[in-house]
Amino acid sequence: MILKTKGKPWRIDEPIIGRVAFDAADDAEILIVQDIVPDDLRRYKAILTSHDIDTSIDKAAVYAIPGFGHLSAGDIVVVNSDGVINTQYRIDSTHNFLLFTERCNSNCLMCSQPPRDKDDTGYFYNIYSQVIPLIPKECAELGITGGEPTLLGGLFFKLLEQIQHQLPDTEVHCLTNGRSFAWDGFAKRLGDMSFKRLMLGIPLYSDFNLLHDYVVQGDGAFEQTVQGLYNLAKYDVRIELRIVLHKPTISRLNKLSKFIYKNLPFVEHVAFMGLENQGYTPHNFDKLWIDPVEYGDDLAEAMMYLSDHGMNVSLYNSQLCVTPEEIWQFSRRSISDWKNIYLDKCEGCTVSEECGGFFSSNLVKHSLGIRALR
Amino acid sequence: MVKIADPVHEKKTRKFQDLNYYSSKHQSDYYLLPFRFHRISEEREVMVNEIGDCLIVPKGTAARVIERNVCVADDPELYGDLIANFFISTTPVPELLNVLSTRYRTKKSFLDNFTSLHIFVISLRCEHTCHYCQVSRVTSDKHMYDMNQYHIDEGIKLMMQSPSPYVTMEFQGGEALLAFENIKYAVERTKQEAIRYEKTITYVICTNLAPLTDEILVYCKENNILISTSLDGPEFIHNKNRHKPNNNSYQLAVDGIMKCRSVLGEDNVSALLTTTNLSLQYPKEIVDEYVNLGFRNIFLRPISPYGFATRSATKNKYDASLFLTFYKKALDRIIEYNLKGYFIREDYASIILKKMLTPFPVGYVDLQSPAGIINSVIVFNYDGKIYASDEARMLAEMQDFTFQLGVLGEHSYSEIFYGDKASGLTAVLANESLAGCADCAFQSYCGADPIYNWATQGDMYGHRPTSSFCQRNMEIIRYIIELMDSDKRIERIFRNWITGKS
Repeated sequence: MILKTKGKPWRIDEPIIGRVAFDAADDAEILIVQDIVPDDLRRYKAILTSHDIDTSIDKAAVYAIPGFGHLSAGDIVVVNSDGVINTQYRIDSTHNFLLFTERCNSNCLMCSQPPRDKDDTGYFYNIYSQVIPLIPKECAELGITGGEPTLLGGLFFKLLEQIQHQLPDTEVHCLTNGRSFAWDGFAKRLGDMSFKRLMLGIPLYSDFNLLHDYVVQGDGAFEQTVQGLYNLAKYDVRIELRIVLHKPTISRLNKLSKFIYKNLPFVEHVAFMGLENQGYTPHNFDKLWIDPVEYGDDLAEAMMYLSDHGMNVSLYNSQLCVTPEEIWQFSRRSISDWKNIYLDKCEGCTVSEECGGFFSSNLVKHSLGIRALR
Repeated sequence: MVKIADPVHEKKTRKFQDLNYYSSKHQSDYYLLPFRFHRISEEREVMVNEIGDCLIVPKGTAARVIERNVCVADDPELYGDLIANFFISTTPVPELLNVLSTRYRTKKSFLDNFTSLHIFVISLRCEHTCHYCQVSRVTSDKHMYDMNQYHIDEGIKLMMQSPSPYVTMEFQGGEALLAFENIKYAVERTKQEAIRYEKTITYVICTNLAPLTDEILVYCKENNILISTSLDGPEFIHNKNRHKPNNNSYQLAVDGIMKCRSVLGEDNVSALLTTTNLSLQYPKEIVDEYVNLGFRNIFLRPISPYGFATRSATKNKYDASLFLTFYKKALDRIIEYNLKGYFIREDYASIILKKMLTPFPVGYVDLQSPAGIINSVIVFNYDGKIYASDEARMLAEMQDFTFQLGVLGEHSYSEIFYGDKASGLTAVLANESLAGCADCAFQSYCGADPIYNWATQGDMYGHRPTSSFCQRNMEIIRYIIELMDSDKRIERIFRNWITGKS
C-alpha cells in the first residue's frame, strides 16, 4: 500500500492540507486533475496532476505525479513544499493513524517506527489541527501514534480536545509509553477531559524493572510507567496494556501476568503481540528473536491466567499454526490492512480466515513452524 | 528524560545499552521492605510481604535475602522476583510506594462499608435436638421465644443506618422457618425501608429445611431469598449429629435441598458442614456424600467451642490435630475429584486462597483483621439483645454477657457500634498488633477472634502458642501452600476455586 507520492511542486510555501477530489463537483480542498483543467479553481487550495508543469495556472500545484491509484475521493493528504504528498487519512480504511510526533523519550529495542531527534511537534500540530476537522464524522476508529504523542505537551491535549469535540462518535486509541503520566498533573489533565471514547495503549514488558528498562532503553522507565498507570486509573482513564513477545522477557511472562492481575487489575484490556520485523528489530534481531513455537506454552499459561481471573486479553500479530489451540480464542486479526500478508506456505490453510497473518516485514523472518492447517 | 535516539538513517550511530548496563544499577546493597517468612516443609519456605503477596522458595532463602547474599548476576530469577513483588528495593523508599499503599488500602477495603451482615435470631424455637447445638433451644411458648415485631422494627432501623449500600439480612434460629410469619413481616417491612434508604438487601434464611413448605419456597423465589442449610454428611452421620424425634433429619434436609434447587436454582441454596467427633472418622464419606448430591462446594467447618457444644465433652471436644487430620483427608479427597474432572470447591481453603492470590479483600467474618465482629457483623437476638457476633450470643446463652452491646429500642446506633463496649475491644481486634500474630508469616491470610480467645482461654487477647484457632489456621494455611507448591495441577485447581472456572 502506497501512502506517499511525489511530483514537482509549484507555488507551495507551506504544507497544504485537504481532502482530495477527482470530480470538481465534490466537496474537497484539493483537486486531482487527470484530463481537462476546470475553469474555476478558486475554491481549491491546490491541484495535483500527472500533467507536466503548466505555469499559466495561477494555483498551488504539484505536477508530474506518477499516479493516483492509491487515493480515493475524500482521502486527506498533506502536500509539502518539496512536492511530497503524504496520505494522512484514508476514507476506505478502518486503520487510520495520526502520527503526532517522531520524537520519543524511550528507544525500544524493537521499535517499529524508530524515533527521530528533531523537533517536529509544531509541524505535526499544524497539520493535524487542520486534518482533524476534515475527518468524516462517521469515522469509527482513529489511532494516535508516534514517537511518543505526549511529548507534544499542551498541544497533545489541544489535539485530543479537537478530536473529542469534532469526532464525537469515534473510538480513539492512543499509543503512548505512559511515562509522562507519572506526573500527576499530566494524568489529571487527561482525566479532566472525561474522554470516554479514548483508550490509551501502554506497553509493559516485564514485572522486573531491570528488564523493562532494558527493552525500552530507559532508566527508571518501569517505575514511571507503572506510576503513570496508577495515576491514569485514579483519574478514570481507560487503559490497554501491550506486551510485545520477545526473547528477553519470555521467561517472566507468567510472572508479568500475575503482576498485572495483582497490581493493575483496573486495566481494561491486555494485548500480547508478536514481534514485527521492522524498524529497529532487524538491527537487534539476535537479542530479540524467539520463535513463537518456543514460547507457545508460556504464552498460553500467561494468557489463561489473566483470562481465568476475568481479565480481557487478546493476541495480536500471531499465526494460529504456531499458537496453542487453547488460546486461539484470543487471537485477533489486528495487522493494519496495508501491512497484512500471508506466505506461500499458507496456501490451502483452512483457518487462514481467522488467522492473524503476517506483517509484510515478516516475509524475511518468521517462525519455522509455519504451515497450512488442514 | 533519557537520551533521545539518533536518526534512524544514520545506522552507525544507533546505540543501545546492553543488559549489563541496567544490571549494574542493581547491587547487593538493596533495602529490605517489610516481609515475614515461615518454613512450609523440609525443603521449602514461604515469604509473605505486607500486602499478602507470597513467594515460595527453597529453605534458607529468607536468610540469604536478609544477609544481602542475593545478587542479580548470580540469581537473576530470584532477584527479579524479590524486586517485582516488593520484598526488596534499590532505594530506601521504594519508587512505587504508592502502589504498595493502594494495594494495602484495597486489601483492607472491607472496612469501608462497616457492618453489612445483620443477623436476626427470629426465633429460638427448634424441633431438632442436635447434641452440638451452639444455642439452647426450646420447643414451646412461641410468644416468649420468637422475636417480636417491635424488636424486628428496631433491628431494621439500625440496619438502615449502616453506612453500607449493600446489607445482608440473615434469619437464624433456633429454626427460623418455625417463625416464618415473622420472616415475612421483616422482609415486607425491609423492602419499603430499602427504597427509602437506597439500600440493596440480600436475604438469607438459615434453616434445617424440615419445616419447608411449597408456600415458603414460592415466597423465597418471589423475594430472591437465599437458603442456607446444614448437611453433616451421609445419613448415619447426619441423623446422629442432628437429632430429631423421628430420626429423619437427613431425609428432610436432602429432600429440602432438592426442592430448593428446583425452585430457587442451584446457586441459591448452600449447605454447611459441622464437624463432630463422629464426623472426624469419615472424611471421605462426607465428601462423597456432597459429590453424590451434586454440590459444587463444601465448607469443612470445625465445631465451635460455644454453647451446648462444649457441654458434651466426650462428643465434641477434640484436639485441633484431630480436626486437621480430618481436614487434610477431606481436602485431598476433594482435590481428587477435581483432578478427575468434577469441580467441587472447599470453601475455607478458597477464602484463604483468595486472600493469598488476589489483590481484593475477602469478606469472611472469621478470618478478618480488624476482626469481623461489629465491623462486619451484628446479631439481634430474639429477645432484643444485641451481640457482637453469632458466637457472642452463644456465650450469652451460657450466661456470659461480655459481648452484649446493647438492647434493641433502648440504645442508639452510636451507643451500640461506637460505645464503650465496642471501643473497649479495639485493642484486641487487629492481629497486626497481637503478640504471636504480629510477626507471623500468615498474618494477612488469618484474622483476630477475641471472642474465641475469651471463650477458650479466658481472656480476649489470647495466647497464640496454646490457641486452637492459631494451630488450626497455621496448619491449614501451611498445608494449602505446600500442596500448591508441590503440584502444578493442584495450583490450577486452587486457581479455579477462586475464579469459578472449571
